[in-house]
Amino acid sequence: MTNTITAPAPVPAPVYDCRQVFAEELTALAREDSRVVAVCNDSVGSSNLTGFRDEFPDRLINVGIAEQDLVGVGAGLANGGLIPFVSAAGPFLTGRALEQIKADCAYSGHKVVLCGQSPGMAYGELGPTHHSIEDLSWLRAVADLPVLVPTDREQTRAAIRWAYAAEGPCYLRIPRFKVPDVIPPGAPFAPGRAVTLREGTDVTVIAIGTLVSRALDAARELAAEGISVRVLNTPFVDPLDEETVLRAAAETGALVTVEEATLSGGLGAAVASLVSQHRPVPMRLLGVNGFAPTGDAAFLLEHFGLTAEGIRRAVHQVLAAAVV
Amino acid sequence: MLTADPAAAARYRDLRKATRDGGADETLEVLRAMSTDIRLRIVTMIDRSQLGHIGGDLSVTDILVTLFGAVLDVDPEHPHDPGRDRFILSKGHCAAALYSTLSHCGYFPDAELDTFMAPLSALNGHPNRRKVPGVETNTGPLGHGFPVAVGTALAARLRGENRRTVVVLGDGEMQEGSNWEAAMTAGHYGLTSLTAVVDRNRLQQGARTEDTKTLEPLADKWTAFGWEARRVDGHDHAQLLAAFAPSATGRPVAVIADTVKGKGVSFMEDRVEWHHKVPDQQQVHAAIEELSR
Repeated sequence: MTNTITAPAPVPAPVYDCRQVFAEELTALAREDSRVVAVCNDSVGSSNLTGFRDEFPDRLINVGIAEQDLVGVGAGLANGGLIPFVSAAGPFLTGRALEQIKADCAYSGHKVVLCGQSPGMAYGELGPTHHSIEDLSWLRAVADLPVLVPTDREQTRAAIRWAYAAEGPCYLRIPRFKVPDVIPPGAPFAPGRAVTLREGTDVTVIAIGTLVSRALDAARELAAEGISVRVLNTPFVDPLDEETVLRAAAETGALVTVEEATLSGGLGAAVASLVSQHRPVPMRLLGVNGFAPTGDAAFLLEHFGLTAEGIRRAVHQVLAAAVV
Repeated sequence: MLTADPAAAARYRDLRKATRDGGADETLEVLRAMSTDIRLRIVTMIDRSQLGHIGGDLSVTDILVTLFGAVLDVDPEHPHDPGRDRFILSKGHCAAALYSTLSHCGYFPDAELDTFMAPLSALNGHPNRRKVPGVETNTGPLGHGFPVAVGTALAARLRGENRRTVVVLGDGEMQEGSNWEAAMTAGHYGLTSLTAVVDRNRLQQGARTEDTKTLEPLADKWTAFGWEARRVDGHDHAQLLAAFAPSATGRPVAVIADTVKGKGVSFMEDRVEWHHKVPDQQQVHAAIEELSR
């Protein structure tokens, strides 16, 4: 640790809605390729598909409130030579149709792009039935199904383009919160490729989705305290960039993971499972523990320490553990 | 992925020519012979593997034979031709009947049937499209094939293709809610190229369907969901052929095929224990003798 310096006052970065990017990019793909169709469950508005429907009324298939049918129909559309983007609120798409995702999409190898809308605790006040925090755990357990968690506009665009071009199905979490642009243009977006957003030597914070900007904020604050933080982003939670994660464990000696998801099986569990077998180092896992109480999303993120301050605390804890 | 048996595929082309160009009597004669062959294959497979769902395999046989022998436009040597008709076996536990039919048609060599459920075999206990040509989607858990069939029929419409989609469901399977979601979607979209066949053998794994969860009045239910319902004897090839005629009502067609579980083997017929009981050697010989008559 070096001498204390005063951090410059942060300038609030402009924030953007990734759902807008989802709608724009999907519509652009539909213009380029007549095989692209959107499938939803009475979620035209909440999936931001109104513009798509207006431009391609025949190619917006609404199966009504029927998620198992939704995913099965998606698999059939793929079998019939189309490229379906199946879009629904994350908790219902993944939980209610989990077996369809496993059997009809992943195991069958039907190329369906599963788009989980309003993930994490975006529907905070509506309660745990409407929180999509288990999706990463559930879908990481399904073979042959990449799990993508884009962070900002650039990554959301990259994720949609990657999913469109991929040979098989995937799960794509569409961020709901407005977020600043934090991923540099041209950053890698491929299975097993992490993005290094900041170099550092004392500890590595691995963050995904809408929490990445908070990890960067924490890293800046910690730099002011003299702690050098490496920040990694892994837009593919599955398959993980094992090489980069293990190198970070070896070079920085401590890890913190940050996700808007349950701790039982998501990013933190994936990283812990990897490093415990190949390069054990102290870790702190930030995420959601148990069902969330009532509150809006901002409150709930604060409640679970999913803030720059919470990340800063976790870094101090893991460094203390590393010293012992 | 298994590959086609060219000689068997050639025989299948001749068979299709006979059922297409021959008179009604010849068509039925060819289909009956094919049914006998498929049933013998099923018994032999299950004897070798000591596993399988023999009762439902034998009840669905004549439905599969009518479809592959006379209705579907498919080519075993080009199983992924984009313009092919789509056949989906939603009652995936009756994989032995499907595999027997596919090998008969030349999708893969007959010898593969001997590997049914053996370690590393392509012929899982439930159909896998990544290993077996002619399988369109992986089934086994019930209530999956029908929504997928709705999706393929929707794709045909969107792409302006005339191809058909046929899905075969178990009657017990109609207790799954996802099937009624799919029925509602197909009815709403008026998917006339879609045919759903219910193998109505009235038995499920544990008991009679009507003692488990009542399905009747089944035809009324389909009609209420926007379908044209046709009820036929599911062992009568002539009635099945008529039931597979295209829809003239602008609605998808549900064929309720009344069948007998264990059909063709008298001591298995309509008996719940033959859902997945394996016959002993004496029973195998008796079954083969009876089916060969």
